[in-house]
Amino acid sequence: MFEAVLLTVITAATPLLIAAIGELVVERSGVLNLGVEGMMIMGAVMGFAVANLTGSGALGIFAAILAGVAMSALFGFLVLNLVANQVATGLALTILGIGFSGLIGEAFIGVPGLKLPQIVIPGLSDIPFFGPVFFRQDAIVYISFALVAAVAYTLFKTRVGLILRAVGDNHGSAHALGYSVIRIRFMAVLFGGACSGLAGAYLSLAYTPQWVENMTAGRGWIALALVVFSSWLPLRVIVGAYLFGAVNVLNLHAQAMEMDIPSQFLSSLPYLATILVLVLISANRRLTLVNTPACLGKSFVPDR
Amino acid sequence: MKSLLKATAAAAVLVAAGSAASAADVKACFIYVGPVGDFGWSYQHDQGRLDAVEHFGDKLETAFLESVPEGPDAERALERFAREGCNIIFTTSFGYMNQTIKVAKKFPDVKFEHATGYKTADNVATYNSKFHQGRYIIGQIAAKQSKTGVAGYIASFPIPEVVAGINAFLLGAQSVNPDFKLKVVWVNTWFDPGKEADAAKALIDQGVDIITQHTDSTAPLQVAQERGVHGFGQASDMIEFAKDAQYTAIVDDWGPYYIERIQEVLDGNWKSESTWDGIAEGHVVMAPYTNLPDDVVAMAKATEDKIKSGWEPFTGPITKQDGTVAAEDGVTLDDGAILGMNWYVQGVDDKLPQ
Repeated sequence: MFEAVLLTVITAATPLLIAAIGELVVERSGVLNLGVEGMMIMGAVMGFAVANLTGSGALGIFAAILAGVAMSALFGFLVLNLVANQVATGLALTILGIGFSGLIGEAFIGVPGLKLPQIVIPGLSDIPFFGPVFFRQDAIVYISFALVAAVAYTLFKTRVGLILRAVGDNHGSAHALGYSVIRIRFMAVLFGGACSGLAGAYLSLAYTPQWVENMTAGRGWIALALVVFSSWLPLRVIVGAYLFGAVNVLNLHAQAMEMDIPSQFLSSLPYLATILVLVLISANRRLTLVNTPACLGKSFVPDR
Repeated sequence: MKSLLKATAAAAVLVAAGSAASAADVKACFIYVGPVGDFGWSYQHDQGRLDAVEHFGDKLETAFLESVPEGPDAERALERFAREGCNIIFTTSFGYMNQTIKVAKKFPDVKFEHATGYKTADNVATYNSKFHQGRYIIGQIAAKQSKTGVAGYIASFPIPEVVAGINAFLLGAQSVNPDFKLKVVWVNTWFDPGKEADAAKALIDQGVDIITQHTDSTAPLQVAQERGVHGFGQASDMIEFAKDAQYTAIVDDWGPYYIERIQEVLDGNWKSESTWDGIAEGHVVMAPYTNLPDDVVAMAKATEDKIKSGWEPFTGPITKQDGTVAAEDGVTLDDGAILGMNWYVQGVDDKLPQ
């Protein structure tokens, strides 16, 4: 029973986790990309379309990542090279993504999809309880854990991570030291796009293997909230994504088990939890300031 | 923020749909709650619109707005259509009711048609289909086919239409197996494939082997297919998504109604009415019965015929969840009682959210 619940939690949390970890890197570099939802839905439609036409899940995932990267490249060009307003451009990206994905996806409405196979890890998958839950998943779930580990390591243990954080905290100083702020931020934005695209692929190839318009249903926005929720720390993103997934899924299980709790209250729990955590985090001003990228959302124009 | 975005996106769609004046005799406009590509509720309304386009040809111009959130955004969408010269506006979700009435007051010359609501005015008609007739049939099938004797119902919002659907399903099931149980999970959304799929999984984990839904996506059936249980399509025939899992589907066919009402606008004899048709009139259609033994198919068809001949599933004896009598033996609930239903029948394992 508990095992079954946990399996559902993993599927609910994975797309949030992947999209949030990508956006975390983007924000750490000082850029706020509100277009996660749009990049995600483009990933979902392209992943589905290519997997459907070629019959290959791997190609679908690849196409989804490319779609996310292409969307984020557009965003990067506008806000970094042309110094457009980041908030407005991000919102526009979401609207573009939702509309454009509907156009591309029209031919795929009502077409059954292809579901990514489980990858059973020999040996480990036989461990009671943990085996089936953690070692019989599809490729994207494994990738999500690897991604978080890689991002956490890179951000805090490598020179690249140090430079990225420096750019996000004080672009003027980073520039003075000779780092190309624009180029570094562009890389971060592309990484974020790739993650959003991958998260979209998870929706249309694993979570609910089908294409329907608007199928992201606001998950991109939740991923954005999770980045703040995690106070820009990668390992906390896992906690946030799984907490969010768990509350959502437990709501449904509690109802199926006929617990006498109003469903509207249960549905609002994840959002109440987010607000609560935000309040708790911001209550400790010193800690918040340590982790918040100081240049978040500020445009940079090289002064030469 | 999200709803603002949706409205903006919807406005973009409107531009694409083309609002330039043309030589058409009548302009019919539609407001959908979901994307037309949901392959469920909104998709079927759009199919109805396309039927009308095909029927009237050049005489008819149409426009639609999709994914319009229920509430204040709907009011803006409605005003926009009314100003743009729409002669008749169909608002296709329960949550547009108050906005439809409000905007209709400002535009007395425009005809409004609100689906699934109960408020009318001189220029506001309501229309709905007796989906509960189909739900009674699938309830019977569920009781015949279930091994565990428990079905799961993925419900959207606690409005009368959904409550009546739950009750009709269980009454049908109890007519076959008086001890049949029903678990209800409220997802508080009409359309979120991921959440609907999670709800289906939760129900299956709780021992349910038949899934039915009052939400709009194909995701629950897909989960049923994957987990080896069975279910029913909602709004449209979803057999492509669940070849082994779908028994049948309750299909909404709005085409005939849209054609009839647009014709009345053309003829100048449109009147405000409350239309509520079902299986007999062809507004509710059962998709082909599949994955079922012959005797169950025969039973389903017999019930279909019985309903076509005028029998109504909400015919007593019906006992409410609290044990009081809702209808004596042989007494049929009147339309008002069904359209305003806010109580469960006995046997529902859930407390109705208030």
